[in-house]
Amino acid sequence: MKGTNIGEFEELVMLTIATLMDSAYSVNICDEIERVSSRKVKLGVVHAALNRLEEKGLISSQLGEATKTRGGRRKRFFEITHAGKISLLKAKEQRDRLWSAIPKVIFDGLDLK
Amino acid sequence: MLPPKLADKLLQLYCRKDKVEDLQGDLYEFFLRNVDSKGRRMANLIYWIDVIKFFRFYTVKKPKLIRSMNTLRLFKNYFKTSVRSIGRNRLFSGINIVGLAISMSVGILMILYISQLLSFDHFHEKGSRIYRVLNTLEQYGGSTVDFASTSVHAARRIENEVPGIEHLVLMRRNFQDDIAKGDRAVEVAGFYASKDFFQVFSFEAIHGDVSTALEEPYHIVITRKVAEKLFKQTDVVGEIVTGAKNDYTISAVIEDLPANSHLQFGALASFVSIENEKRKEENDYFFSWRSMWQNYAYMVVEENQNVEELQSKLTNIAISENKQVENYAIHLSLEPLAEIVPGKDLSNNIGPQVTWSLIYGLMALTFIIILSACFNYTNLSLARSLRRSREVGIRKVVGASRGQVFTQFLFEAVIISCIALVFGSILAIGLEPYFLRYIVDEGISHLPLSFEQIGFFLLFAICVGVVAGGLPAVFLSKLRALVVLRDTSKIRVFKGVNLRKVLIVFQFVLSMAFIIGSSISTSQYRHALNYDLGFETENILNVSIQGNDPELLMNEISSIAGIQKASKSGMVMAVGDNWGETFRRNEPLDSFDVMINYIDDQFLDVHGFNLKVGSNFSKAIKHENQDRQVIIEERLAKEMGFMNIEEAVGETIELKRRTGDVKMEIVGIVNDFKYSRIENGPTPAAFILGTEDEFLHLNLLVQTADIASLMEQLDQTWRKMDQVHPLRATFYEERLQEAYSDYDSASTVLGFLAALAISISSFGLLGMAVFTTETRLKEISIRKVLGATEKNLVYLLSKGFVQMLVISALIAVPLTYYLFMHVLYVEEYNFVEVGPLQLVPGVLIILLFAGLLIGWQVLKASRTNPADMLRSE
Repeated sequence: MKGTNIGEFEELVMLTIATLMDSAYSVNICDEIERVSSRKVKLGVVHAALNRLEEKGLISSQLGEATKTRGGRRKRFFEITHAGKISLLKAKEQRDRLWSAIPKVIFDGLDLK
Repeated sequence: MLPPKLADKLLQLYCRKDKVEDLQGDLYEFFLRNVDSKGRRMANLIYWIDVIKFFRFYTVKKPKLIRSMNTLRLFKNYFKTSVRSIGRNRLFSGINIVGLAISMSVGILMILYISQLLSFDHFHEKGSRIYRVLNTLEQYGGSTVDFASTSVHAARRIENEVPGIEHLVLMRRNFQDDIAKGDRAVEVAGFYASKDFFQVFSFEAIHGDVSTALEEPYHIVITRKVAEKLFKQTDVVGEIVTGAKNDYTISAVIEDLPANSHLQFGALASFVSIENEKRKEENDYFFSWRSMWQNYAYMVVEENQNVEELQSKLTNIAISENKQVENYAIHLSLEPLAEIVPGKDLSNNIGPQVTWSLIYGLMALTFIIILSACFNYTNLSLARSLRRSREVGIRKVVGASRGQVFTQFLFEAVIISCIALVFGSILAIGLEPYFLRYIVDEGISHLPLSFEQIGFFLLFAICVGVVAGGLPAVFLSKLRALVVLRDTSKIRVFKGVNLRKVLIVFQFVLSMAFIIGSSISTSQYRHALNYDLGFETENILNVSIQGNDPELLMNEISSIAGIQKASKSGMVMAVGDNWGETFRRNEPLDSFDVMINYIDDQFLDVHGFNLKVGSNFSKAIKHENQDRQVIIEERLAKEMGFMNIEEAVGETIELKRRTGDVKMEIVGIVNDFKYSRIENGPTPAAFILGTEDEFLHLNLLVQTADIASLMEQLDQTWRKMDQVHPLRATFYEERLQEAYSDYDSASTVLGFLAALAISISSFGLLGMAVFTTETRLKEISIRKVLGATEKNLVYLLSKGFVQMLVISALIAVPLTYYLFMHVLYVEEYNFVEVGPLQLVPGVLIILLFAGLLIGWQVLKASRTNPADMLRSE
């Protein structure tokens, strides 16, 4: 098993899986990330990340029902495992701690919009 | 709407089963989108690119190879344990490695030597179509001799009459001259060769046109080395150099010859040079069918030419020629270039004379030596298997199969033999010059190394490892885990004891056989040199007359101070040359084969013959067919049926000649003497008073303290008489040494093998002695505590070894004796009496040496303090 650290893209993928809930399969994930982050995401990259996360044991997968839309091929649906949830929380907590330690003045007057 | 089928197939081919379905689905979804947005063609392309891009580590099926990674890991483990085990038992590993290295160095040299021989003459472009014309001389009486040489006449007839020959080159050996340019001179030797030489052979030209280089008389082609020596450069075409009698024009310069060419020369002279000379001399013999001693014919046959057809044409030529001659016949045959080296045993051969039987002999001896070293490994590993048995037990419990344990131990042996290969190679480099000079002795000065040969060496090392480690591996892999782990003492490790003893005895028999063989050969050599020939050879200097006037030469030379007496003779006896004639006494059908020598009236005196009855030669003889005088051996007189030797004196007998029989008067009888080499049976011999033409040698009885100054004067006198040929003078003793040198070299080869065999077997013995004493240390200690004396212990420990040595000696001595006296030299007369003097010393040396080795270990063991040994447990 590889290390339990997660990278930025991996975190993004996991969070997307969490938001998509029952419909989290690779094409969907790909589309969702594109939509949220508004950057071009290749299927291959997502696939590789999913595979990596599964190897780390942070997500798990199972094949769904066969549908006509995909030429009769089943989709592989992903969900976040317990370990995955913990590592996401840890990552969030780390960031929150850092955010809370930053003096307000630094971001004063900045707005993404 | 479906994606490209082929791409889909490809995906299915490489992708893992559990991933393929959803990946295919995903790609399909994107494909549909792309068809909508970018069109069908673009979508197809993207699909293809995606399929290729998804070829990743995690999607790809694991090939079978990766599954066998396990085996690879196992080998890594074997390697580790092997290295550790080698490191832990430094002494034993050292013994094994040294023994194997010694034997492998010989193996390496043999591989190099044999592959060098097999590579001979392979570089000629038309090599597969080149043939040499061989002559077989059938003499009166039916005996045949094969010659590599042929006659000019035969070669010319073949060239003119036989179709299907592309080119034929006629060569003559003994082109020899000192060529000079300015004040620089070089001695060159080579061949006269006709103009097609370079059409037949592919030697690389540097300067000049080799295709026409040998057309003109006194044109020569020289090699780079000669050109550089003489001119310090190679672009010397057209230069004129001076020789002893003629000037030569250099018409081409070629690259130095490859070492693996059977033709070796420094220069080639055009064949017309010699041909014209002979024409001018009106030398008919040179162009005759009979003159087949110095010329060689090589030809390139046309492609797809049936060689048997050619052969039958040659046979026809021979038949038509043989009809015109009497008393002998010459047969012609073809020999492919590839079969020259190694090849048949031919007279007048050029290049190294190596026969297949010699190669097989050397291979067999090498094989025996290597086997002996393998036995060391086998022996020591078997002996030490007790120590490894627990390891085997654990491995088996953990799940190793028998095959895996077997592989492990075999692997260990191969590692050891590979290490030995490294040391063996170093040793081989050191031994190479000695090997070439003393063992093979065929004028090969260097053994080049190629990459394939390194592959061969590795293969060789692996084979050695497998042979050496096979038996212990079988034994160890057979052990049963339960038995080994419960109680080691139950394993019957010593089951192999008899086998081990047999192996040790084999090694020592081998060592002893080689050393005895060497000493028999040495004493036969000495015996041959000291053999009482029936005449004196000491202080006699034989000078080859080389076509000069014998009488004049003798008169000049006799005046040199220090030369006591001088005589003339046709040949030098007892060194292997035989001149045969047929005598007849009375009846027309009588015939006696007699070895003869033409001598003058001084010969008997110079050589100290004992004239039994009658007198020495009295009258000079001028003509070949004149009545002769003859002095015969006592033995011949009896054979010819004379009642006693006195009766024979004054009788007339006849010498059978093609041109008519010659009458000979027996003037005297000398003591029996040895005419031919001593190992030939007794052959009756006679001396015939010769004509001046029949004398080829002067025999000078020398009596001086200063040989060097005498030779100096002799050389000066010679040069006054003959400016062409260098003086050729050899002491009789030297000629004898040369004649019997094959015994000497047999002794060297056997001595070398003996040294190898002894060192290998001694290492093995040392290993066994160390092992035996080590395993019995506790036993020894207890015995000591109970009161055993040092003497008792030494007896106890060395008994087994001494027994083996004695058995070896008992086998080796009679075996070698039998081999030498009843197989190898059974047909030879006058073989040295083989007695204890030849048999015992070698054996004693080995026994003493082995005894010292054992004694050293045994004494060390019996002197240990029992308290040290027993306290620790």
